[in-house]
Amino acid sequence: MDAAIKSEPSGLHSVLRYKLIALVGNEYVRAATAADAVAGAQPKLVIEPGTERELVEVLRLSNEAGLTVIPRGGGTKLGWGNSPTRADLILSTARMTEIIEHAWADLTVSVEAGCTIQRLQETLAQHGQRLALDPLWPEKGTVGGVLSTNDSGALRLRFGALRDLIIGATIALPDGTLASSGGKVVKNVAGYDLPKLVTGALATLGVITRAVFRLHPLPLNSRSFSVSAVNAEETQKFVLAVQDSKLAHTFLQSHFSDDAPPVSDILFEGTEAGLAAQETQLRSLAALASVSEAPTSTWTAREELWAFSDPASTAIAKFSILPVNLERTMELVAHSANAHQLRWKVLMYPTGIGWLRLEGKASSLRGALQALRSELDDQDGSLVVLHRPDKMPAFDAWGTAGDALSLMKSVKQQLDPKNTLNPGRFVGGI
Amino acid sequence: MNLMEARILDELRAIVGDRGLVCSPEELHTYECDGLTNFRVMPRAVLLPNSTEQVQAIVRICYRERIPFVARGSGTGLSGGALPVENGIVISLARMNRILEVDFPNARVVVEPGVINLDVTGCVAQQEYFYAPDPSSQSICSIGGNVAENSGGAHCLKYGFTTTHVVGLEVVLPDGSLVHLGGKTLDTPGYDLAGVFVGSEGTLGVATKIILRIVKRPECIQTLLAAFPSTNEAGAAVSDIIAAGMLPAAIEMMDNLAIRAAEAAVHANYPSCGGLLLVELDGPVAEVEALMTDVNEICRSNDASEIRLAQSDAERALVWKGRKAAFAAMGRISPNYIVQDGVIPRTALPRVMGEIERLSQEAGLRVANVFHAGDGNLHPLVLYDRRIAGQEEAAEVLSSQILELCIAAGGSITGEHGVGEDKKKMMSKMFAEPDLVTMQRVRCAFDPLQLSNPTKVFPTPRLCGEKPGEFVPHPIESAGIAERY
Repeated sequence: MDAAIKSEPSGLHSVLRYKLIALVGNEYVRAATAADAVAGAQPKLVIEPGTERELVEVLRLSNEAGLTVIPRGGGTKLGWGNSPTRADLILSTARMTEIIEHAWADLTVSVEAGCTIQRLQETLAQHGQRLALDPLWPEKGTVGGVLSTNDSGALRLRFGALRDLIIGATIALPDGTLASSGGKVVKNVAGYDLPKLVTGALATLGVITRAVFRLHPLPLNSRSFSVSAVNAEETQKFVLAVQDSKLAHTFLQSHFSDDAPPVSDILFEGTEAGLAAQETQLRSLAALASVSEAPTSTWTAREELWAFSDPASTAIAKFSILPVNLERTMELVAHSANAHQLRWKVLMYPTGIGWLRLEGKASSLRGALQALRSELDDQDGSLVVLHRPDKMPAFDAWGTAGDALSLMKSVKQQLDPKNTLNPGRFVGGI
Repeated sequence: MNLMEARILDELRAIVGDRGLVCSPEELHTYECDGLTNFRVMPRAVLLPNSTEQVQAIVRICYRERIPFVARGSGTGLSGGALPVENGIVISLARMNRILEVDFPNARVVVEPGVINLDVTGCVAQQEYFYAPDPSSQSICSIGGNVAENSGGAHCLKYGFTTTHVVGLEVVLPDGSLVHLGGKTLDTPGYDLAGVFVGSEGTLGVATKIILRIVKRPECIQTLLAAFPSTNEAGAAVSDIIAAGMLPAAIEMMDNLAIRAAEAAVHANYPSCGGLLLVELDGPVAEVEALMTDVNEICRSNDASEIRLAQSDAERALVWKGRKAAFAAMGRISPNYIVQDGVIPRTALPRVMGEIERLSQEAGLRVANVFHAGDGNLHPLVLYDRRIAGQEEAAEVLSSQILELCIAAGGSITGEHGVGEDKKKMMSKMFAEPDLVTMQRVRCAFDPLQLSNPTKVFPTPRLCGEKPGEFVPHPIESAGIAERY
């Protein structure tokens, strides 16, 4: 073997390292530290390309050299998914933060993947607009990271998920292809909808370099209320009644836990006249339950689930059920938690998507999650584990992808045949 | 016609029975085109399966014999998506028209692909729900066809397109295997392949079951009609409505020629003017009333000469009847016409309208304009007379020029009708080669033999496994251990 490409201590061929430095500049290639570890895997290098072209070239060179690549935005959700089977390079979008075009009169925005959600929202707000999405940790979370993890919160009920908000995307593929699909207009059916394909794909198919979103106006006014109930049965009745009513609510979320009766929060947005009328309707709908003005802090409930004291004894999962199974699911959660001596907390949306925190011994967490997953699978639901203790015995983060798994693997094979991107982190070993 | 081998025909007949097989030339004529009648191809046979198993059995034979197939719903598509493929078969889903499940608490309806769009709303209307996507052909078009085309409609401005309302699909892949994409619950683990399938124009397989989301009917719906001197003032009013932070259920615009045609056809009682705006707001009564006052004010300040609020459901229905009949109404004022379907950023409207007017004068052909103005989806109707030598060709040229205007303005060549056969040549004007190659790689994952509607959407079909630009073969392929199909 040529002396020039003998291995360095970092394990990377110096020729490749030289090429990467020449490409993005010395100051943007550094050795990875323990802080850069991804779910237990230690990468060797961190690279921060400054442009789309640089990014795709870094990806191509790595792919050619047989190195695996872990794309990273703000790093807030880097632990989601399974541990990578190998992690050589961290490909960071930290320098790609430009808001390319806010076409406010057309209610669209084009933005680079590394822009944080908060900065994007601040810019949009200057024209009274927003990306109608409330992802976790917007101050750090980036457009690319939020898209790759398909993160959504309470606003989804009214405005849809990212799949309904993204109208265009550019992705870098491991072979050096830079491909755009969708466009800059809200209504467009030309070609395949690849923005949807990469949304929630955990960057296993390509690296999102920019995205185009449709926007919504900021609300004129808003008002929110908390409605308490004695038990899950009453909460389910309330939630289904609200969903079946003519109320035009923007958010609805219900809190359940092992130590307090359930509470639901509801938010209305619109004209003052509209809000007053809706409050009256809500009060008549809730009838016996107590309705009070809700504090604004109630809308950070999802982040509060992550405000746990001990990561080594906490698991967090996202689950999806049919809305009508809410009461039954809460019973299941309480039952599994009790059986395994765990403390629990749930935040539930009427879309059937819920967020669960369990606390207790690592081995007990595994048992409870396993039991819950199998029950939810039987009801057409699913459970995906987002945080688990390092010491918890191996547990697949995703669960089953059903009979479409081999098709998913074919898609992966077409776009990332060498398994360069996030290997092993996604469903079914993808 | 190239006769299909009797052996294969017998096998297909055994699957669907005598009534499910059409192969006589006279009967096949019905299937030689869809709503875009200037392309016609005779299929070798048409199959009418009545179950998923039958679709699978048919597709398996196609796979074994390498016979291309085209799935067909009601055949109302306007881009030639259901145009048969030379020497291929057509799989008509018309007999698979059962509504399988209506689930109000979870707001889901499960249907077979041949179910008519309006019948979904029909089966949930009593409980005050509706199925939101409402293409103008909704009384005859099928849900399967809507899925293929990702159909829109006037109300998708607020409610989204077909893709927003499809949560799960059962799909027969082009090798005959069955997969379930998405499901009744949201965010099923894995790639959003339902999102990729919807709008893929029949090129990724055949949907045999579709799980739809239904929506609760709002407390009130109000429809306003405003007459402006020209589409410029009407367009300015649209911009002001959006800038005021409103999201109407629909905003539709028609120019003078379109208004005259609609009047002649259905007597919608439209005011005569240069630009007509139809604005629909829905939601809680108090909210809609407050906002409608603002819309009224905005229209007035943009020189609306006449503003009417539909006073009853019947009046509202009439207003919409005129709009939804607009395409067909062109027959009243012109022997032939081309329906175009471009999209522009809303703000480019005055400029693009001016350009269309200029091109129309240059070509000596009239263009009527009907738009979904809220989302910039233009439907210019190029009027011509086939009997006059050269007019048809001139109309086609003009129609393409209009699409090029849309691309130059940063828009799209199709907002809801699809690419199909009609616009595949325009795809390379809207997308770069790597974009199209990437889409085709996804296609190869679903349909490696390119049997499912193979000649549509893409300008140049690519063989799966063909080497793209910088593609590096997988080591196990190079070593001969595995091969790409």
